[in-house]
Amino acid sequence: MTEAGRAYSYFPGCTLATTAVDYDVSGRAVAAALGLELNEVPDWNCCGAAFPLSADNVMSFIAPARVLIAAERSGHDLATLCAVCFHVLKRSDAYLRTHSEAAERLNAFITEGDYTGRTRVRHLLGVVRDDVGWEAVKQRVAAPLTGLAAAPYYGCLLLRPQEEMEFDQAERPRVLQDLLRALGATPVEFPRQAECCGSTLVVSAPGANRRLSTAVVDSARLAGAAMIVTACPLCKYNLDQAQAGRPSPEQLPVAYFTQVMAAAFGLLEVAGPAFAVEAST
Amino acid sequence: MKSRIGVFVCHCGHNIASSVDVPGLAETLRRHPDVAFAADYKYMCSDPGQQLIRQAIADHRLDGVVVAACSPAMHETTFRRTAEGAGVNPYRCECANIREQVSWVHQHDQPAATAKAGDIVRSIVERVRQDECLEPLTLALTRRCVVIGGGIAGMQAALDVAGAGYPVVLIERQSALGGRMAQLSGTYLTLEGGSERLAQMIAAIERHANIQVLTEAEVTACSGYVGNFQVEVRTGRPGGAEVTPFTLDAGAIVVATGWDPYDLSRLPEVGGGLLPDVVSTLDFERMLAPGGRLARPSDGVVPRQVVFIHCAGSRDPEHGVPYCSKTCCMVVAKQAMMFRQRVPEGQAYAFYIDLRTAGKGYEEYVRRSAEEHGVLYLRGKVSAVAAENGRLRVSGADTLSDLAVDILADLVVLATPMVPADGAVPLGQTLHISTDADGFFNEAHPKLRPVETLTAGVYLAGTCQGPRDIPETLAQASGAAAKVMQLFSHAEMTQSPTVAAVVEDLCAACATCVGTCPYGARSLHPVRAVAVVNPALCQGCGACVVACPNKACFVRNWRPTQVMAMLDQVGWSGDL
Amino acid sequence: MSAAGSTTALVVGAGIGGITAALDIANSGFPVVLVEREPSIGGHMAQLSETFPTLDCSQCIMTPRTVEVGHHDLVRLHTYSEIESVRRSDSGGFVVGIRRRAAYVDWDKCTGCGVCQEKCPFKVESAFERGIGPRKVIYTLSPQAVPNKPVLDAEHCRYLQSKWDMQAGRIPSVDKQGQPASPKCGACAKLCPTGALNWDQQDTLVEEEVGAVILATGYDLLPASRLPEYGGGELKDVVDGLAFERLLAASGPTAGKVLRPSDGAVPKHVVFVQCSGSRDPERGVPYCSKICCLYVAKQAMLYKHRVPDGEASVFYIDVRAGGKGYEEFVTRAQEEHHVRYLRGKVSRIYSQDGRLIVKGVDTLSHRAVEVQADLVVLATAIVPRVSTPAVAGLFGVAADGNGFLVSGDEEMAPVESGAEGVFLAGAALGPKDIPETVAQASGAAAKVLSLFLRRRMLETTAPAGEGMRAA
Repeated sequence: MTEAGRAYSYFPGCTLATTAVDYDVSGRAVAAALGLELNEVPDWNCCGAAFPLSADNVMSFIAPARVLIAAERSGHDLATLCAVCFHVLKRSDAYLRTHSEAAERLNAFITEGDYTGRTRVRHLLGVVRDDVGWEAVKQRVAAPLTGLAAAPYYGCLLLRPQEEMEFDQAERPRVLQDLLRALGATPVEFPRQAECCGSTLVVSAPGANRRLSTAVVDSARLAGAAMIVTACPLCKYNLDQAQAGRPSPEQLPVAYFTQVMAAAFGLLEVAGPAFAVEAST
Repeated sequence: MKSRIGVFVCHCGHNIASSVDVPGLAETLRRHPDVAFAADYKYMCSDPGQQLIRQAIADHRLDGVVVAACSPAMHETTFRRTAEGAGVNPYRCECANIREQVSWVHQHDQPAATAKAGDIVRSIVERVRQDECLEPLTLALTRRCVVIGGGIAGMQAALDVAGAGYPVVLIERQSALGGRMAQLSGTYLTLEGGSERLAQMIAAIERHANIQVLTEAEVTACSGYVGNFQVEVRTGRPGGAEVTPFTLDAGAIVVATGWDPYDLSRLPEVGGGLLPDVVSTLDFERMLAPGGRLARPSDGVVPRQVVFIHCAGSRDPEHGVPYCSKTCCMVVAKQAMMFRQRVPEGQAYAFYIDLRTAGKGYEEYVRRSAEEHGVLYLRGKVSAVAAENGRLRVSGADTLSDLAVDILADLVVLATPMVPADGAVPLGQTLHISTDADGFFNEAHPKLRPVETLTAGVYLAGTCQGPRDIPETLAQASGAAAKVMQLFSHAEMTQSPTVAAVVEDLCAACATCVGTCPYGARSLHPVRAVAVVNPALCQGCGACVVACPNKACFVRNWRPTQVMAMLDQVGWSGDL
Repeated sequence: MSAAGSTTALVVGAGIGGITAALDIANSGFPVVLVEREPSIGGHMAQLSETFPTLDCSQCIMTPRTVEVGHHDLVRLHTYSEIESVRRSDSGGFVVGIRRRAAYVDWDKCTGCGVCQEKCPFKVESAFERGIGPRKVIYTLSPQAVPNKPVLDAEHCRYLQSKWDMQAGRIPSVDKQGQPASPKCGACAKLCPTGALNWDQQDTLVEEEVGAVILATGYDLLPASRLPEYGGGELKDVVDGLAFERLLAASGPTAGKVLRPSDGAVPKHVVFVQCSGSRDPERGVPYCSKICCLYVAKQAMLYKHRVPDGEASVFYIDVRAGGKGYEEFVTRAQEEHHVRYLRGKVSRIYSQDGRLIVKGVDTLSHRAVEVQADLVVLATAIVPRVSTPAVAGLFGVAADGNGFLVSGDEEMAPVESGAEGVFLAGAALGPKDIPETVAQASGAAAKVLSLFLRRRMLETTAPAGEGMRAA
């Protein structure tokens, strides 16, 4: 991999700019530590937040298309950290590449230029796996997380639909496990690692949402995890909320994978509260 | 005179040897007065094992053989052939079953198992001691096949048998060939293409030099046995001018009498027989068929809203028939699609319990009917169909949405079950083949003998055995033809000689045996006052032996004296 | 070779379909070459416990057939063999090259005594037992195998591997004292009473000329690895239908006791999942596998016989019991044996706290359900044998997108292929049960017999000169 190849268009998205700043900060820090250059997409807008399933409304693709066009111009792959953004951008890209008529109509509306389908949408986790490699990650580890039983939690948007996301096996994902092993931690398999956390039901059906999130947390705890590791700000929010009323010894900390990497790389200032105790000892 | 019997005890690997003291058993039997030779071997059925038997017969001039091994059902033929090859009459070679009856059921008690094996072997030695030398019976064979039913099953069987060079007589009750398929609009997959294929098939039958077609003909009586049936046929319409019975000689009979539609009037709750616009799938076939008119029976108007009701009378042990009619799910899908092609603005609904589309391409077919032709499938039963302002109000339940459904329809099509053709049960009695509770003919074995009946020489094809579709019917009809060809390939019929016989001095001609025999093999001699046995029909079951008040009947090589001598050995515990 | 063409038939596949066809032809007086890939005949039916709807013991009803075909004067049996090449002969028949795999046992010497199997010290997972039980490295498929002769699995044989390693120089061929070392083990060869082990046996090629062919290559089950949401084959107590047959079979590894593979405990709740991969164009196969509804009802019933206080649940989409006595059979499972039927799909199966959790939906009560189970049986989709399209291709027969053989006219000529003289039977055409397979196999035999009898007639009516040449 050439140095030029290690530069990426970076799309933080609304959540990382607001409620999940710690994900953004830790993400940028570990990327830098691995020699990845993240260039924030200029004048970016919301990705759209939901992949439009009623595809006849082409206008719903305007938001993601603008981001894709900006990335295309940069000539670099488009990297994200938010699983929702990744999902929307990745699928929008696939849709526009396979539906030329829709792409044409859309391009007519966008003043910045046309989307010609040359942007490769990546999740930073995939970048670490495919462009950096686990060996390089291992070499960067300063404080191996030996003994840390961490449950990798994927949720659904990161993985599904498998054929379009091209990220990992939807039913048997491996990337977070491999990362945790590279960092010296022990990945804990648990049955609900790729189940939905309840997602945006938190607004429309909070009861159902809580049931799902609680089930995920309990399932991880039952499997013997001391921590849950995620790559999605919405998942983290839901899992934290599900435990909000519990006494603190019964709470399972939820950390972004970037924070876990930061902890292992010795970047404790961005590793977040889950590693705060370890940092102080 | 003492016999010179050889006893051969098999280890069957560990199967027998693990719970029976096989060498010990052979050793004990060696001292039996009628046993001239005894040996044990790992696998008596293997080539070296059979060689051992042949060698012993030659070396010890044996006149009888007992193989103590597995069930005779397994290897009796093998060992009888071995014995015969070495000069011992095959009917003086018997198997003592010490595997299924001993080692497999007494795995943890070697002494008891060995003792029981000894009893069984000694009893078979007794039997062989009194076995007669017999020769297989040979019977003449008429190489002509009668096929009853001129639908696709009968025609396919006839074409296959005739194609092999054997004469076939095809008997059809109606005035033309084609059966139910002639009434169909087309087959599932090729739709209209089916009728052309049917016409080709009828033409092939009619020009075939080996096939004689008798239409408006019925089988009225049947006598004889496999290879030698006499089939009485009456042609002409009953009550008509010409009724001329005559007899056909045939070696084999294929029954392919097909199905009848279920009586609509048995479904009054959904308007069957009451409302003119409630029709059966077969009626609807006629409307869709080339030359048919897609119109409501009541007023001739083209229907726009058509409701199909699956399982109308089937899967309903209380009111209809208990069985699934197997073809209706596909028939409805086909008809609904054809309807939508003719009436593009129309809507088809189908009420079902389970969609049973198990067949090649069938799942995809029904999916297509729903996805491409907009057929609306509703899982649930219809409770009532009532007339309302010249239309039909269909009330039912959708068990998936838990909602009551109410549809105003122009036409209701009931997917009624196939029932056996009228007259199937009496025909079964005529041919000595059984029917099940629903009136379908029974096969010899539901798994492995699906085209045979328990009466040798009578075979089954098609829906007379149970509901099935066209490809399954055709494959099965060819299967029945294979059995006929197999039968006709023999130079003559051979039959086991272990059949009943009569000691004429004891027989009082009371005819008890005649009434007892389940195979019709017994009769009184036309002149002499004795009962006789038709060995071709006798299956050696022994019912007559038990029934005879004078003890005049016996089954060859199962004489009462033999059986009593065998019983004397069972439980015997003294020293030899 | 006669001018009219050969009247020997080739039957490819010796499951119940191939056996039936072979017997129909041979019993009509025509020779048959029967080729089977496995070491012994019987196919999947040899793995079954009891059969629906009569609960007849599968082995018991089939053994007379396997024995008859195995000892038939007119049947030449090539087991452990595969079709390698096919060419049309001058008379319109086929010259077929058959490769018989090396068994490392001289079957002419072997008496089938079983000592080698008994004494072989190495066990490997048995494909015949569907992973439920082991087999030895030298093995027959079952004690009732026809032919009852073992084959040696070279890949796992200590002796052969060390012998080959020495020959290739991967391990020293002399011992510490400089003496020539002998390969390890060899127990079978030492103990064989007839010296039948042949370490140097090679594959052999046989050519057979035949006048007609029946393809009856049967089916396989969709590998569980294709169903990751159901454990992907990694959960020990999630088994497929054939594995459960082995658990029920008296001749199986548990002698007919229903025991969990993971810990040998008697499962108190068994969940059956119908349409595991069937009727699922996105994840599995688009078609219906046709036999599962009945065999699941049967297995649930047999489980209840074995474990009367156990509970059996079945997830289904539609219950497809179209066949004689089938509807009544399923009703019996439900009403007399209290098998619980849930209409809905299972979304996920996972292990938690030593039990299996089956998550699904009951579409009749509209509830999401989570069922705890001790054992889960997946009625995985019926798929054609992987090699079927290739073998069929050698004979000029096409396979459809799913890999099943295609007949010339699926509706009106179901057993005839597009290729002249080649006929089709059984599950290689598409999923079907035993009676349908058997009837169809007889149907295919009829086509062959018709052809052969016509040829024979041609021969007897041919001018004398030609007959002489033919002889």
